[in-house]
Amino acid sequence: MTAASYDVVVVGAGIVGVACADQFARRGMRVAIVDRDMVGAGATAAGMGHIVVMDDSEPQFSLTRYSQTLWQGLRLELPDDVEYEQCGTIWIAADDEEMAEVWRKREYYNKRGVPTEVLDAQTLQRLEPNLRPMAGGLLVPEDAVLYPPCAARFLSERAQAHGAKFLLGDSVAQIGQGRVHLSHGLQLAAEVIVNAAGAYAPDLTPGLEIRKRKGHLVITDRYPGFIRHQLVELGYLKSAHSVTSDSVAFNVQPRRTGQVLIGSSRQQGAEHREVDNEILVRMLKRAQEYIPDLMQMSALRTWTGFRAATPDKLPLIGPWPADKSLFLAAGHEGLGITTSLGTARLLADHITGAKPEIPIEPYLPSRAAKVEVHA
Amino acid sequence: MSREVRQRFDVLVVGGGPAGVAAAVRAAEAGVRVGVVDDNVNLGGQIWRGGPEHEKETSAAGWISRLRASGATILCGLRIFHQPEAGVLLAEGHDDLHVLSYTKLVLATGARERFLPFPGWTLPNVTGVGGLQAMVKSGLPIRGKRVVIAGTGPLLLAVAAYLREHGAEIPIICEQASWSSLARFGVALFGQPGKIAQGLQLKRQLAGIKFSANSWPLAVHGKAAVEAVVIFRRGQTEAIACDYLACGFHLVPNIELPLLLGCQIQRGYVRVDDYQRTTVQEILCAGEPTGIGGVELSLAEGQIAGLVASGQMTEAKKLFGARNRARYFARSLDRAFRLRSELRRLPSPDTIVCRCEDIRYSRLSRHTSWRSAKLHTRCGMGPCQGRVCGTSTEFLFKWNPDSVRPPILPVRVESLAAMSSELDLECSGVSGGHK
Ligand SMILES: Cc1cc2nc3c(=O)[nH]c(=O)nc-3n(C[C@H](O)[C@H](O)[C@H](O)COP(=O)(O)OP(=O)(O)OC[C@H]3O[C@@H](n4cnc5c(N)ncnc54)[C@H](O)[C@@H]3O)c2cc1C
Ligand SMILES: Cc1cc2nc3c(=O)[nH]c(=O)nc-3n(C[C@H](O)[C@H](O)[C@H](O)COP(=O)(O)OP(=O)(O)OC[C@H]3O[C@@H](n4cnc5c(N)ncnc54)[C@H](O)[C@@H]3O)c2cc1C
Repeated sequence: MTAASYDVVVVGAGIVGVACADQFARRGMRVAIVDRDMVGAGATAAGMGHIVVMDDSEPQFSLTRYSQTLWQGLRLELPDDVEYEQCGTIWIAADDEEMAEVWRKREYYNKRGVPTEVLDAQTLQRLEPNLRPMAGGLLVPEDAVLYPPCAARFLSERAQAHGAKFLLGDSVAQIGQGRVHLSHGLQLAAEVIVNAAGAYAPDLTPGLEIRKRKGHLVITDRYPGFIRHQLVELGYLKSAHSVTSDSVAFNVQPRRTGQVLIGSSRQQGAEHREVDNEILVRMLKRAQEYIPDLMQMSALRTWTGFRAATPDKLPLIGPWPADKSLFLAAGHEGLGITTSLGTARLLADHITGAKPEIPIEPYLPSRAAKVEVHA
Repeated sequence: MSREVRQRFDVLVVGGGPAGVAAAVRAAEAGVRVGVVDDNVNLGGQIWRGGPEHEKETSAAGWISRLRASGATILCGLRIFHQPEAGVLLAEGHDDLHVLSYTKLVLATGARERFLPFPGWTLPNVTGVGGLQAMVKSGLPIRGKRVVIAGTGPLLLAVAAYLREHGAEIPIICEQASWSSLARFGVALFGQPGKIAQGLQLKRQLAGIKFSANSWPLAVHGKAAVEAVVIFRRGQTEAIACDYLACGFHLVPNIELPLLLGCQIQRGYVRVDDYQRTTVQEILCAGEPTGIGGVELSLAEGQIAGLVASGQMTEAKKLFGARNRARYFARSLDRAFRLRSELRRLPSPDTIVCRCEDIRYSRLSRHTSWRSAKLHTRCGMGPCQGRVCGTSTEFLFKWNPDSVRPPILPVRVESLAAMSSELDLECSGVSGGHK
């Protein structure tokens, strides 16, 4: 059978896959993208859409900040339904110990050119009157929120406008050696295959260390102005002692509609999509500790999603050592909406030999092999 | 945190309409511990609710006083929204949460009206057919008002009679079904003595009201509210001035709770055996969710379900005949009032389809599935959870409905937060951000 042939075949039309398809297509490559479902139906449909700069590690910072500036650059092009709002994040400090973390974080961000503002208890209270009185917080005004499925659709339409071909409703059975085998027999030939299958990437590339980490979200009815920033707890200092694998944190988001999105939870090893009452309850009680009035709001829906977690919390971007046609763009854990744009640029720069704006090395899949050697 | 009330029942009935009331009566009269839950403040469901005036109706008054005497616990004003574990349902009250355990469960969740979008349908004073009747029952003055009734189904006639009795002027009833399918419905009625009497009674009440088959609304005109409705009739359009347009396209079963509990659905209805048992152990279903069939069928099925749930199989069997006759009528209803395909063309591109989220037809018609439309437009993601637009898009675009997740009705966050009480409440945040 003669296979249709492309320069690049991307597997997975989540936000990471469509961002990659868009980059490749804009650089004049012949691109096909395959998804067994529709655009943005995987983790992308479940995510919160917080475009956030994070500082767990230097590479995490670089990729999130780089990506955030890319989102800012796209801002004027984004259609209204992407609901991009630069509402800023406030990292909430519950006590003095966490307030010290506010200062550390501020130092870190300022050194790297990210504007921040330290909020004392009164200022925080004024900005977010529905928060229970807290020690203070750190406002990061350039953080934003968006509606991920529409952002993915926007990127997919741009990719299509540049000639990318979308094969939706087709499941990929196997990839490698320049071939993409679809489940019902069709084959595609490709110079470059990009595995962007999110949490399902290991199904296609055995040996990949990606685990599913389940998350829950709850959305309320409309309460315009109830909260004005994405509010996230800084409580990780205390929980550093906690060794439970399942955890919850206060993380709430204002939607443009006035709805409040309540997160977040993390569960290891949960494979089923159903809502787990126990963790959902813990998550809501955590939110209540910060915003008691949240409890009286009307909750419309709950849902779950799977983050694609790597052992070192960094995504896998670049060539897969075992197969020279195969590249990865997966393992974005809880940051893939943010880092989709940076990922796509880095991968396209790497493949086309262009000079990347940030180094790709920390994200190269080959690092996983190194980790094993040292372990 | 709101107050938590825990109760346990041998037989728990969800829905206080004719089916639920009948089920609760037959089970409670056998001496088992029965609870019946309804989200309304009054018992009676869609047809009997509406307070004292309606309880006078012989059948309603009979059943409801029998229920009151039966020893069943009546839990009104509670909304069942989740089953946190097998055998336990959660219900939200005005300011409390009820944890209801059961050995047997009877689902009698009834039906709702189907609405279809057409230009102007979101204007004030465009209501459902049963909806307007309910508003009048709870005090809306209708005397002297001109009400056009349109859509499809036997409800059109029942409500026309009711409104006229209360002083409304009914310029026309527009029934989308054709004369020939109505005639077939008429034929099917011959096996139904009760229905014929009802039909005859209505005939007297409806005397002189213009009734048009093959007729449907095309658009509503008006500034602040309805002023006129343009209808299609006898192959032509015609504008009719009115104060209200009551419009509904037959009924759709409330199957969200059965779906949540894992009951198998067949052609849109909950699958049950002769004993009204669903495909899930210990769960029975009666009334509209098993097929739209009217009060008599609901009563027969409800009784059977109540009898079976309380172990009275022989008694239950005696009602099979009555139930099966009523079912025959139900099937003829579905055929007679099948929606004609012309109705798919009613909306114009800018007609709102999802009222909660203000989503217009043109944004939806680009999608190929309900899930895609939901995800990319947020159609059906508002407070009604797609009960209105999910039903209309199922017809308009032949989309299949999505799976159901808790809560099946909007509830307070605190009610969700109370879903599991035996847990360890130690909460810990983790790594910053925690997206
Ligand atoms: C609860 C939750 C909250 C989150 N909040 C945020 C946030 O606020 N900010 C943020 O930046 N990130 C957030 N994330 C993370 C973000 O959602 C993900 O990192 C991102 O969506 C990953 O995109 P993806 O394209 O890699 O994966 P996906 O969106 O999962 O896409 C993978 C695609 O691959 C397809 N696929 C898989 N296997 C095959 C196959 N064999 N054949 C064909 N197709 C296949 C799937 O159908 C799917 O469409 C959150 C995640 C969760 C779960
Ligand atoms: C708006 C409307 C008006 C109608 N008017 C007439 C009429 O005038 N004449 C006529 O002959 N027929 C009428 N019908 C048809 C009539 O409803 C049926 O013939 C019959 O009442 C069905 O009885 P049932 O017990 O199966 O359901 P219903 O009467 O619908 O009762 C079901 C009950 O369950 C409750 N319920 C559902 N889900 C939950 C939950 N999760 N938690 C708590 N409670 C729940 C509902 O609120 C409802 O009270 C009407 C139907 C509708 C939808």
